[in-house]
Amino acid sequence: MAHLITGLIFIPLLGALFLSVVPRLLARSAALGCNLITAGLALTLWYHFDAANPALQMVQHHVWIPAIGAQVLAGIDGLSLLLILLTSLIFPFAFLARRMSRGFYALMLIMQAALYGTFTAQNFILWFLFYEMSLIPAFLLIKIWGGAKRDRAATKFFLYTFLGSVAMLLSFLGIYLVRGTFDFAELAALGKTGLLTGNVRWLAFAGIFLGLAVKVPLFPFHTWLPDAYEAAPTGASMVLTGVLSKMGVYGFIRLLLPLFPNEIRIVGPWLLGLAVCSIIFSSLAAWAQSDLKRMVAYLSINHLGYCMLGLFAVTATTAAPAIEAQAALSGVFLQIFNHGLTAAALFYFVGLLEQRRGLRGLGDFGGLMQRTPLLCGWMSVAMFSSLGLPGLNGFIGEFLIFKGSFALAAGYTAVAALGLLITAIVFLRAMQALFSGPLTESCAQLPDLRAGEKMVIVPVTLLMFAIGIYPQFVLAIFNATVAQLARLLS
Amino acid sequence: MTPTLQHFLIISAALFCIGLLAALSRRHAIFILIGIEMMLAAAGINFIAFWRFSPQPTPPTGVMITIFAIAIAAAEAAVGLALVIAVYRHYRTTNVDQIDQLKG
Amino acid sequence: MSNWIVVHLWLIPAIPLAMALVILSLSSARRKGAAMLAIAGQVAALLLSLTAFWSTLGTPGYRLFHNFTWFTFGEQTLRLGFVLDPLAAVMLLMITFVSLWIFVFSVGYMAEDKNFTRFFAYLSFFSAAMLGVVIANSLLLLFVCWELVGLASYLLIGFWIHKPSAAAAAKKAFITTRIGDIGFFLGLLWLYGRGGTLLFYDGGTGALENTGLLSLGISATFIALLIFCGAVGKSGQFPLHVWLPDAMEGPTPVSALIHAATMVAAGVFLVARVYPIFAVNAINGVTASLTVVVWIGVITALISALIALAQWDIKRILAYSTVSQLGLMMVSLGVGGVSAGILHLLAHGFFKALLFLGSGSVIHGCHEEQDIRRMGGLRGVMPLTFITYAIGMMALSGVPLFFAGAWTKEEILHATSLWSVSRIPHYLMLAGVVLTALYMTRQMIYVFFGARRAAAEHAHESPPVMKLPLIVLAICVILLSIVLTPAWPWLHDYLLGERPAVNLSLLIQPMLFVSLALVAAGIGLGILIYRRATIVDPMERAIPPLFRFLENRMWLDELYDWTILALARFAARLSDFLDRYFWDSLVRLCGGTGQLFGVLTKGLDERGINAGVNDATGLTRGLSRFISARHSGQVQVYLSVIAVSMLALLLLYAWLT
Repeated sequence: MAHLITGLIFIPLLGALFLSVVPRLLARSAALGCNLITAGLALTLWYHFDAANPALQMVQHHVWIPAIGAQVLAGIDGLSLLLILLTSLIFPFAFLARRMSRGFYALMLIMQAALYGTFTAQNFILWFLFYEMSLIPAFLLIKIWGGAKRDRAATKFFLYTFLGSVAMLLSFLGIYLVRGTFDFAELAALGKTGLLTGNVRWLAFAGIFLGLAVKVPLFPFHTWLPDAYEAAPTGASMVLTGVLSKMGVYGFIRLLLPLFPNEIRIVGPWLLGLAVCSIIFSSLAAWAQSDLKRMVAYLSINHLGYCMLGLFAVTATTAAPAIEAQAALSGVFLQIFNHGLTAAALFYFVGLLEQRRGLRGLGDFGGLMQRTPLLCGWMSVAMFSSLGLPGLNGFIGEFLIFKGSFALAAGYTAVAALGLLITAIVFLRAMQALFSGPLTESCAQLPDLRAGEKMVIVPVTLLMFAIGIYPQFVLAIFNATVAQLARLLS
Repeated sequence: MTPTLQHFLIISAALFCIGLLAALSRRHAIFILIGIEMMLAAAGINFIAFWRFSPQPTPPTGVMITIFAIAIAAAEAAVGLALVIAVYRHYRTTNVDQIDQLKG
Repeated sequence: MSNWIVVHLWLIPAIPLAMALVILSLSSARRKGAAMLAIAGQVAALLLSLTAFWSTLGTPGYRLFHNFTWFTFGEQTLRLGFVLDPLAAVMLLMITFVSLWIFVFSVGYMAEDKNFTRFFAYLSFFSAAMLGVVIANSLLLLFVCWELVGLASYLLIGFWIHKPSAAAAAKKAFITTRIGDIGFFLGLLWLYGRGGTLLFYDGGTGALENTGLLSLGISATFIALLIFCGAVGKSGQFPLHVWLPDAMEGPTPVSALIHAATMVAAGVFLVARVYPIFAVNAINGVTASLTVVVWIGVITALISALIALAQWDIKRILAYSTVSQLGLMMVSLGVGGVSAGILHLLAHGFFKALLFLGSGSVIHGCHEEQDIRRMGGLRGVMPLTFITYAIGMMALSGVPLFFAGAWTKEEILHATSLWSVSRIPHYLMLAGVVLTALYMTRQMIYVFFGARRAAAEHAHESPPVMKLPLIVLAICVILLSIVLTPAWPWLHDYLLGERPAVNLSLLIQPMLFVSLALVAAGIGLGILIYRRATIVDPMERAIPPLFRFLENRMWLDELYDWTILALARFAARLSDFLDRYFWDSLVRLCGGTGQLFGVLTKGLDERGINAGVNDATGLTRGLSRFISARHSGQVQVYLSVIAVSMLALLLLYAWLT
């Protein structure tokens, strides 16, 4: 059973190698076939996963480099499984977005392997290896297949995240020198009583925080994101926002919160302030964008801001009642999944529009509803999901986050609720500009959804509805993990 | 007068010095080779002498080593002569003063 | 039987919802099928509502609920539920009944529309969402349906999506109501945090039951006010009423559905539903939150009645009248007359739907003309529309005895007169009655009397499918008055859970005469003023600035545009600017500092460290050059060196030993 995880990591890597001998025309099919296998493995994992057990499951443990405390230690809990499922879902979705060359798919598969690794590794060295491994394909994807300004965007993306990673690595080396272990579970156990002492702990905390905050991204470390997402090709944008940004949130939950519970409590109000700024400023900035892709990128920051709000609210107060902490954490977990799904769908739709029209400014479209009603209808569903309309997936996550954080940090949450309003304004403005009004001449010949596109959109949208109406099947994955984490933090 | 070790050593030292003088002073490459052979011969005499005057001179050892040395000297002379011929073909001379291409 | 209906109460919204989905998947050519499905769904919902209503009749104060677990998060569960009580039952009945006739009317009104099927899908969806609001036994479920109502109204108002003004109005409606919803949402969260449950009734532990209410304490006031924000947005109360008149861009049946029976009623319903939270810690029936409700209601009622006086669009007049009536209902709820408010809501649902459908018939007959200055004299051309419209108008104005609106309005006036805080709302509401009669008379005269103007030239009566709903609703307005009279206040007692009793002496009350006098004054004044009205309004001629002020809706839209909206837009641009230039330049500054450091290091490297290394290599090279010069290539030199060194070694050895 334990080898499922190994398989999950290695199959995309093998697939990437295999792609080099596959005829050009079959590249996408081969990549999708590879994803079929990983999806099967992920579903098997889900099937064998004991949802009632909060401990790590299907653990694999091998010695790797004992001299530096590196071990191959991988296993899954509810959070890991959730992210594995998300990864398995978003990648095929991204592959189907647009036909690209072989190299693109190979790099994407490498990134997929790295993501599986990141979400299962339970030892820092191994984790960091995968964490960094995802960075290089992302850089190349933007650099080679990106749009205008891709060089600048790729470099900015790489340097920004790499700098954060270096800071994080240094912090962990410091911790290792003092504590002598890289094992997450052992570190978390030590973290309860204080991992480090004196001012060094702040240095270590700041390093790890910086690395993760850049990755999420959290205001004000977010400026790489709009450029990178704007420049990246559609499929890469979908993966960047759908899965890669979750690595940061995952890191916060897996590393920062268990390792530095006391430190985070002290700076809690500041962190909450950053999260609220993230929410408000990014949604306002999204309002001012005229490029659709950039707009969606900013709203991505906004939605991850809610995740951060929930996380920091849980840790900011000493005596969080169980129900509030669990609500906020459940909301954060659910939001991770929902945002991955919805934001990827939005990028997909923007990609469709761009493919048809050649441009993607808000002003380049008009009256689409008369020409392409299906495209408009399904895209509206994704937009409403993103603005948190009840009945769709976005609402449940946001409701739970707000429910938890309102009780724990009412003031911050009340301000953050403004973000919900601004998000609605942004989307309605976009819908008005794109769909309504008289049909503009430049859009008069745009084709509506094709059969192949429908095959992609319909299942994804149905999943949005399914989570919005009966979220239990997703919540069941991580309920035990949430309960344990909540106990750990209170 | 029975010959002692000293006599042998004196003879071999003389032979070595003659050989060295020949190798250093003659200009013709073949004479230099002959000088070297003489020095080798001196060394051979030394071997035999030291063997013969050692506390328990068991029969074959010293002689064997000297015979080996002579054989190697012969081989060396052969190689040396071949080199001289090759050098002569190349430079049209065997005067070692004019052959100075080995300098770094 | 009664239990069955409570457990299956969800079917009432589910059936129209299912119909909406089915219709949406039909091809747009299946027009008849779509209409039939939608109407069938409404009929089914109506029948179920009747069953539900019937089951509540037996016992006074009937209240049954059915709760279920929606999902579990962590170790907690979130439960939702449905409730059936008189409030829900009458609302169900009113909504399904009025909607049904609006659906029928739409078959005629939208007959020529290209997107006929989509329209019915949206209508069904709207009705489903609204029915969900009514039966929800959880504030969360109510909020969910509430938001879906907002979505449906967005879709319906912007139905003619090719019209930019319709799209803008739809957006405005959604965003304005969402402003209120954010408050509602926060109130909901607060309530959830304090009370630990969002269920209204849960066998004694619900949020509206004693233990739940007691745990709220002082925060009840804030929670109530936050929830009221949602009602303000949805029910078009001041200062969020601006979306409602603009929403007239939608097709007229939509206006009827949204402005009469359902959506705007949702706000009033919400306040009535969570009334116990408003009334926590009440002293003499007065709390801070209820006082706010009263004053908001008063301001709304008066302002919009005044604005209605100076409007030219037939539907906008009705829209402002709706806003005004909603204000009246809020006042009623605020002063403690919950049942009066709800009764007025019910009656208003009927007669306002009648009026809107009537105006739809007029617009349809006049070939999509909405300006009352271009109508006139339609009384002869459209007799049935005229009669039904007149019935609606009299019900709205509050002409006593035979019209449903009169009794309820009278009851509200009575309730306001008993309010212990201030008498001002009472007097202002009396003035409101006059104003209502006045603007309705003005509208009647402009549309149905006088000379026929431009658009009325070729007017025609509407087809039977549109007439039927008018007749049915008109009859209902009159019939409803029977169960509303104070002499036999059946509906009133039913709502309060009391046994109805007949008491004829209560029929004649002082308030009856007061309101009779006021209505007569309003109508009389109206006839006097507008009798000879031309396309220039008499008030416009008399006091032009005042008329302009009212005609432009007190410039409230412009005010918002220049203040709040401008501020928000500025904030958006500022954020973008900060992002592009400030934060990014900070980042670039960091990068630049790094680069500067790099340049410095490079200099140090080249001038400092590298120079030393260079010298060292230079020395080595010189030395090696010197030694290499010693190599002459002369074999004998090498040999002599060897010989000399060997000698030296020998001597050294000798010397050492």
